Amino acid sequence: MKIANKTVTATRLVKDALEKVKYFEDYNIFTYLDQDGALKRAAEIDERISRGEKVGRLAGVPFAAKSNFLVKGYPTTASAHILEEFDSPITATSVQKLLDEDAILIGLTNCDAFAHGSSTENSYFGVTLNSCDRERVAGGSSGGSAVAVALDVVEFTTGTDTGGSIRQPASFNGIYGFKPTYGCISRYGVVAMASSLDCIGFFTKTPEDMDLLMSIASGQDSKDLTTLPDFYDNSDSMTSVFANIATNGELLASEPRNDGRERSGLQKHLSRIGVIKDFDNEVVDTEIRNALKEKCELLKSKGYEIVELEMPALKYALAAYYIIQPAEVTSNLSRYDGVRYGFRSHETTDLSSLYSKTREEGFMPENKRRIMIGNFVLSSGFYDAYFLKAAKARTLIINEYEEAFKKCDFILTPVSPNPAFKIGEKVNNPVAMYLEDLMSVSLNLAGVPGLTIPAGTSKNGLSLGLQIVGPRRSDKTLINFSKELI
Amino acid sequence: MKYIPTIGIECHVQLRTKTKLFSEVDNDARGKEPNSCVSPVDYALPGMLPRLNGEAIRLAILAGKAMNCEINGDSRFDRKHYFYPDSPKGYQITQFYHPIIGAGYIDLPSGARVRINHAHLEGDAGKLTHFDTYSLVDLNRVDTPLIEIVSEPDIHSAKDAHDYCKELWRLMCYAGVTYGDLYNGNMRFDVNTSVAPEGSDELGTRTEVKNLNSFRSVERAVEYEIKRQSRLLDAGEKVVQQTLGWSDATGETTGQRSKEEAKDYRYMPEPDLPPLNLSDEFIEAEAAKLPKMPADYRAEFGGVIADDTLEVLLDYPELMRKLDEVSTGPAATVSPTVAEAPAGVPPVASPVDAKLISNLFASVLLAEEKSAEYLNDLPTGAELKELAEMNTKKELSSTATKEVFLRLFDPQMKGRGARNIAKELGLIQENDLGALEAIVDTVLAKPETQKAQEDFRNGEEKVIGFLVGQVMKESHGKANPSAVQDILRKKLS
Repeated sequence: MKIANKTVTATRLVKDALEKVKYFEDYNIFTYLDQDGALKRAAEIDERISRGEKVGRLAGVPFAAKSNFLVKGYPTTASAHILEEFDSPITATSVQKLLDEDAILIGLTNCDAFAHGSSTENSYFGVTLNSCDRERVAGGSSGGSAVAVALDVVEFTTGTDTGGSIRQPASFNGIYGFKPTYGCISRYGVVAMASSLDCIGFFTKTPEDMDLLMSIASGQDSKDLTTLPDFYDNSDSMTSVFANIATNGELLASEPRNDGRERSGLQKHLSRIGVIKDFDNEVVDTEIRNALKEKCELLKSKGYEIVELEMPALKYALAAYYIIQPAEVTSNLSRYDGVRYGFRSHETTDLSSLYSKTREEGFMPENKRRIMIGNFVLSSGFYDAYFLKAAKARTLIINEYEEAFKKCDFILTPVSPNPAFKIGEKVNNPVAMYLEDLMSVSLNLAGVPGLTIPAGTSKNGLSLGLQIVGPRRSDKTLINFSKELI
Repeated sequence: MKYIPTIGIECHVQLRTKTKLFSEVDNDARGKEPNSCVSPVDYALPGMLPRLNGEAIRLAILAGKAMNCEINGDSRFDRKHYFYPDSPKGYQITQFYHPIIGAGYIDLPSGARVRINHAHLEGDAGKLTHFDTYSLVDLNRVDTPLIEIVSEPDIHSAKDAHDYCKELWRLMCYAGVTYGDLYNGNMRFDVNTSVAPEGSDELGTRTEVKNLNSFRSVERAVEYEIKRQSRLLDAGEKVVQQTLGWSDATGETTGQRSKEEAKDYRYMPEPDLPPLNLSDEFIEAEAAKLPKMPADYRAEFGGVIADDTLEVLLDYPELMRKLDEVSTGPAATVSPTVAEAPAGVPPVASPVDAKLISNLFASVLLAEEKSAEYLNDLPTGAELKELAEMNTKKELSSTATKEVFLRLFDPQMKGRGARNIAKELGLIQENDLGALEAIVDTVLAKPETQKAQEDFRNGEEKVIGFLVGQVMKESHGKANPSAVQDILRKKLS
């Protein structure tokens, strides 16, 4: 990415970005734009550069945050009506770390309200258009963030991924989108969707940019007790992950390869890439299956072994996800009651109507659907049958990934069953929309990292994407490995 | 018909941590503006995550140990959902499935044992004040750490319910986990009462009286419920399982909601807080910090201090700790006139001192108007011990002892030591027999005492009082009256 210096000023970079914002206005990427603030910050950074002062690793780089990130003084709406009048008094840890490296935030991007959706059609601020085909959806929920990077408006954007909300829009728009290991980046200051699944991540044009952003934003945060001790940049972390696996007699003990080729870097450690048998069927679009096969051939040509994996527990992933996720959603949305901040209905006559009218008017239909499902699976008498069972299925899925990573280093799979679909095509069919998440949600249930990589275009010009899945804490190696697939 | 009541009690105890359970703001909102002790986390802004107060964990361990409970190294937090403006998050963070404190028991002074089912950590709710057309919300109390202690239904009388609550209060105060200020709701009791015909194997339908904050109202509410339920059953009616409120003014319980309207709290594991994994070493190290408990003091002072005095004083942990200091501490060394105990000599328990000081505490200190204030700033154990020793050696009369005792609390005299104060006030009794004899001789030589001497010799016993009085006057009150009497009797025989 372009970093500001004496010749390319931060002001120039920000002005370019703002011009592109205007040019692509009808894509409906942003829910909030901070032109004055961004230009002021740029001038400050230019001033420091001209004085020869040290500047951060992201000096002058314009970026945007998904509208569910809290930024002091910004209206953090999560693209929902019920938070329309909310001005954030604090800044999310992840955004603050980027600002501390002198990146320049120009605004907030559109998404499905409260990140509920796979198309950015459930936003109170309207639909965001796909970067390749304006009749199609951007994907979701982080649609605005994906399109902003795909159209080169900004160098990178933040996103959140609860069941695929970074990886799927990244694949719909032909860019990189990364969901790290659960607990790698602090969730403090990001509007919660489903706390045990939510991950903060980024959209970029290159793996190198992704690596830099991860290096900056990752790390333990005392304000988020679910963050893991720092591991991203620990060069030993990958070795230790594999060393651990090696004690089970699998990975590092793989037989020496005698094809006589010189091996360096990653290939010294990595040898086997898994593909999931069950995902290679007619549910998945032919062009996506072909893209996967091409990438496998590429890897084979580079000396990697392709391993077919049977992961039968993954068929429970979507069902488990659509129990655990709405349960946590309904809980996390309880605080939006119109009592303390945000939108309050004008139809209020007593406490009961304050709650019901505010929530009736303030939430989008998809929000309400999940609130109802969540309340159902948690209600007394149903908890054991639904929530507890889903939690057990989740354990099976975690175990299955652990087993899989004894047989291979990374797994290559489709992100979604098909490329970007038409706007409105699935709005009235929630189940079809939920099926979008078929191949992405198991990563969130297992807490493992996944990176969407571009994988060419379909014959009608739509972006195709694939995802690389790794064991927990393999984030840095995974991002580096993705260079092998370019 | 005769009915046997069965009572189980849930008690909420506010922990005396500096900060709240899940945030860094001040936990002590007494005297502060409404909504001034509220962090973005307590206020439930979007994107806020709970942190966990380690001090609350430590206090929970002490509370558990005070009740002879198992401490669960592996405990977890859950969300309990309900909509009300006192709950900003829309849920309370509690421990529904895996509480930190497991089963235990407490013994009442009567000897009855009440088993504890479990106790868990949770955050308190805010406070609403209702007016005619509106209500005001104060979130200062939101997520003040609480432990909720759940007893087994082992209590069978209103008196025992009262004593259980009081003993629980004492245990929590002694363990130092709460300020124990009942008036300000530091401990609140929910009482479940049912009655069943004598000899019946089954328990009756129970009612729950919520939010009682005094032992007296616990006792009265239970008495009332036992009578009410017995009357219903006598009349062939049924007890409705319901939640009740209690009015101290009317002395009656009133229905709040019945079981059919009971809320579904939709419990769910709290995903923002990882499970607590406390090591055995940590739990043991924390549990070892538990100070002496009422039972320890009963064992120590039983037989030395009268039972009723002891039970009064047991309500004041600071007084019991002071007594402990007096009875087991080193010899008094405050005033320079008292020789220091030789190094290496172990402190000798002195039941006499403890008895005297306990009487001063019970009959003098607690009778004082300013006693609450005094309790916060007690004299040192050495000062009290010195006072007790002077009394034992008859250097101070019982009146003078009380006087000096009170002066130990006097801001003007504080820290000077009992002997110095007694000297300053001229209260030290003359015990030197030679000196006393000289004073007696002076008095006997006086013309105005001649008639009395004669009368005494003639068998008029009561005039001895007059003569003692004359000697006391001559000595300016410093003579030890009983010693004076002895000398007089000898001289006049």
